[in-house]
Amino acid sequence: MKSVINILLFSCFVLPLHAGEITVHPGDNLAAAITLAHAGDTILIRKGVYSGVGIVINKPLSLVGTGWPIIDGEGKGEIFTVMSDRVSFEGLEIAHAGLSYIKENAAIKVRDVRYCTIRNNRFRDNFFAIYVSNSHHSVIEDNLIFATVKRNTSTSGNGIHVWKSDSIRIVRNDITGHRDGIYFEFVREALISDNRSEDNLRYGLHFMFSDHCRYVRNTFRGNSSGVAVMYSKYVEMTENVFENNWGPASYGIMLKDINDSHIRGNRFANNTIGIFAEGCSRSMIERNDFADNGWALKIMANCDDNKIFKNNFIGNSFDVSTNSTFSYNTFENNYWSNYTGYDLDRDGIGDVPYRPVRLFSWITEHQPASLFLLRSFFVTVLDLAEAMIPVLTPAKLMDARPSMRRIL
Amino acid sequence: MIKLENLKKSFGLLEVLKSVSFDIGSGTVAAIIGPNGSGKSTIIKSILGLVKPDDGNIWVRSELLRGGADYKKQVGYMPQQAKFPENLTVAELLRMITDLRGGPADTDLHLYEAFRLEAESDKALRTLSGGTRQKVNAHLAFMFKPEILILDEPTAGLDPISSSILKDKIHLEKEKGRTIIITSHILSELEELSSKIIFLLDGRICFDGSLSTLRESTGEFTLERSIASLMKGHPLWMAS
Amino acid sequence: MDGVLKIFKFELHNLSRSKWVILYAVFYFIITYGLFQFESSQSRVVVSLMNTTLLFIPLVSVVFGTMYLYHSREFIELLLSQPIQRTTIFWGLYMGITIPLSLGFVLGVGIPSVAYGMNKLEDVKVLGGLLTMGVFLTSIFVAFAFLLSIRHDDKMKGLGFSILVWFFFGVLYDALILTGSFVFADYPLEKAMLFLNFLNPIDIARTFLLLQLDISALMGYTGAVFSKFFGGWMGMTTALGVLVMWTLVPLLVALRIFRSKDF
Repeated sequence: MKSVINILLFSCFVLPLHAGEITVHPGDNLAAAITLAHAGDTILIRKGVYSGVGIVINKPLSLVGTGWPIIDGEGKGEIFTVMSDRVSFEGLEIAHAGLSYIKENAAIKVRDVRYCTIRNNRFRDNFFAIYVSNSHHSVIEDNLIFATVKRNTSTSGNGIHVWKSDSIRIVRNDITGHRDGIYFEFVREALISDNRSEDNLRYGLHFMFSDHCRYVRNTFRGNSSGVAVMYSKYVEMTENVFENNWGPASYGIMLKDINDSHIRGNRFANNTIGIFAEGCSRSMIERNDFADNGWALKIMANCDDNKIFKNNFIGNSFDVSTNSTFSYNTFENNYWSNYTGYDLDRDGIGDVPYRPVRLFSWITEHQPASLFLLRSFFVTVLDLAEAMIPVLTPAKLMDARPSMRRIL
Repeated sequence: MIKLENLKKSFGLLEVLKSVSFDIGSGTVAAIIGPNGSGKSTIIKSILGLVKPDDGNIWVRSELLRGGADYKKQVGYMPQQAKFPENLTVAELLRMITDLRGGPADTDLHLYEAFRLEAESDKALRTLSGGTRQKVNAHLAFMFKPEILILDEPTAGLDPISSSILKDKIHLEKEKGRTIIITSHILSELEELSSKIIFLLDGRICFDGSLSTLRESTGEFTLERSIASLMKGHPLWMAS
Repeated sequence: MDGVLKIFKFELHNLSRSKWVILYAVFYFIITYGLFQFESSQSRVVVSLMNTTLLFIPLVSVVFGTMYLYHSREFIELLLSQPIQRTTIFWGLYMGITIPLSLGFVLGVGIPSVAYGMNKLEDVKVLGGLLTMGVFLTSIFVAFAFLLSIRHDDKMKGLGFSILVWFFFGVLYDALILTGSFVFADYPLEKAMLFLNFLNPIDIARTFLLLQLDISALMGYTGAVFSKFFGGWMGMTTALGVLVMWTLVPLLVALRIFRSKDF
């Protein structure tokens, strides 16, 4: 306390021109320093451990850590609650926001404000790490967010949770071990780019009712259910990587009721299902790589008017599967490594259409237990027969102009 | 040396041996005679363990046969038709059998030389003529100096010269006190060699004794006529 | 044991001269080499190799084994008149066919695979699995060949049955399982499938390899049941144990018949 007073004296009288810079040392009361600070001040937090439970920030402040000071919530509750515009956090390690079954305790909760910045911090073993609620024009950048404590989906919160906000930028964060890596609900005009969301307990990205958002160059890997993008319009998903999402109900990406969206240049590799699409319309799936997935693309019968073109389908056990004999989507100009046709006129386009839906995928759709016959000789023969005369698989679902070469 | 007791064998419904018993003493040359299908080969194959009898016992060198194979070290067998792995050469075959039997190191090369098998030794067995194969076959039976020789139609398929070489060899072995069982349809040749005749008809023994006893009982002088007279007295033979 | 080795040695000599085994090895060599040459990814090569292995090894082993044993009839009779136990002859013959066939496969597939860079630890595991299953299938279907050709003296009958055995395990069995899975569609079938899987050596080998190759496709609930079982130490041991049983049972029955057979 003594040093805080010293600092106050220092900042008020010794360096009046440099007003608004307060240094906090280990042993000082951080909450008190924040209470005493004026709007627009910078609080420098020195290396050390600070206890921090229920710190409310209700004026514009910059919290800057030097030498990674640790703000420890000791599992007792929320750590920072931001209720003012223009608050920024930088260089802090914020740990142990308390688990609660009633309240959504976060390391940093931003509520009903604008222009906040959370940059270059570390979040360790929090319930929720960053929670943005009804706030706009904020930036979450270069943070490392991780939870190493063994938890399940009900005792774990989300890494970055955004609710009813717009114009949020989430860039270059690294999120692992939370329930959902990034959670979006009722968000508009957001940009999610260059993040890495790995090994989270549920979804790498959980995205609902959020129109006009873009996510670009993110990597979603090893999340137990992959990525879910639901009930949204005008979403742009570009150059992301969806990898190693294995499990009984795991997807690279699950699209549910997605309209007028654009999925381009992504890579789906080693997923149980690359893309699972349900109720999607007027969307474009182009120039993606689907490699070594169980099912590259499961597209349900309630999807229509989607265009799937110039994708690479390489080494998937099943390229496309569906639950109906009808198809209202267009497949064109894709490269299929399972294609066995020929190209006599050498224009790079196969002369016979490719039917990506195998009979066996229809069979496993109806009787999942038969899956263990995969690659059985008998099944190969069945598939061959069905390919010649489609009876159970959609006759119209075909790529009439399959590319002979991999699309670059 | 070789004793059969109540040997029985059926192939399906066909009863081939109906309780056959005999005893061939050491140093005896026994001829087993009988028309085709009388069971000669089945007896020989039973002694060799190629056919498993349904009932009865066999002793070889006073050892009761119970599925063991060691006694065959003292048995030389010349089957009616030589059966060889066709891809091997003569030399390889001889080496293989020598290796399998584990010696003896000093093999009897008498027939090998007499038949001039040296000249054939690099040829694959499948390329050999029937006669040459039979010569190899004969040599294999004698080469390990066995105490017991079992020769099934030994001269069939051999030219007269080779045939007489083989007969001389059999005589020679007889002198050495080997026990020999021969079957042949050329009865005159058995007459020269055998000291005991076993006549088999329809799976039963019709006659078992020395040639002189046979002559006495039938009143015929040659073996051929004796056998013929035995057959005439047999109703089944008449019928067929 | 000494006798078994001696017979094995001559069998090997005889077999290597028969050119078939060499042809067999060359066949695998060309297939493997060709796949590495034309396929884009290594995992696709392994999958194609697996398909070939599961189809051809049983067929070749059972048909070649049957024909070879009929062809060796003379050799067997010659051996039988020599001082050698029937059991010895039997094992000598069995090893004399199984080992060259296995070796043909292992070298035919192994050499080009290693030459094309399948020598990292992970690859060796996959390749090792493939080769092990190949050797098992060879052993099992040669055992079937022995059973059939010793049981039936009529060559055409024996050959017919051997093709039937291949057809049953290679094609028909899976067809029956698939039909069955639709008939009993209302019941949970995962455990039953796991059990039925063990009644067909080709299915065991395939599942075993699948779980090493494209595990992602075998996920879903069925896949979870299978991979949990085969992934564990217990399941692995059980699978290998069952494959050993599949080798020994037909083989021991064949041996029993062989020991009391008339030639």
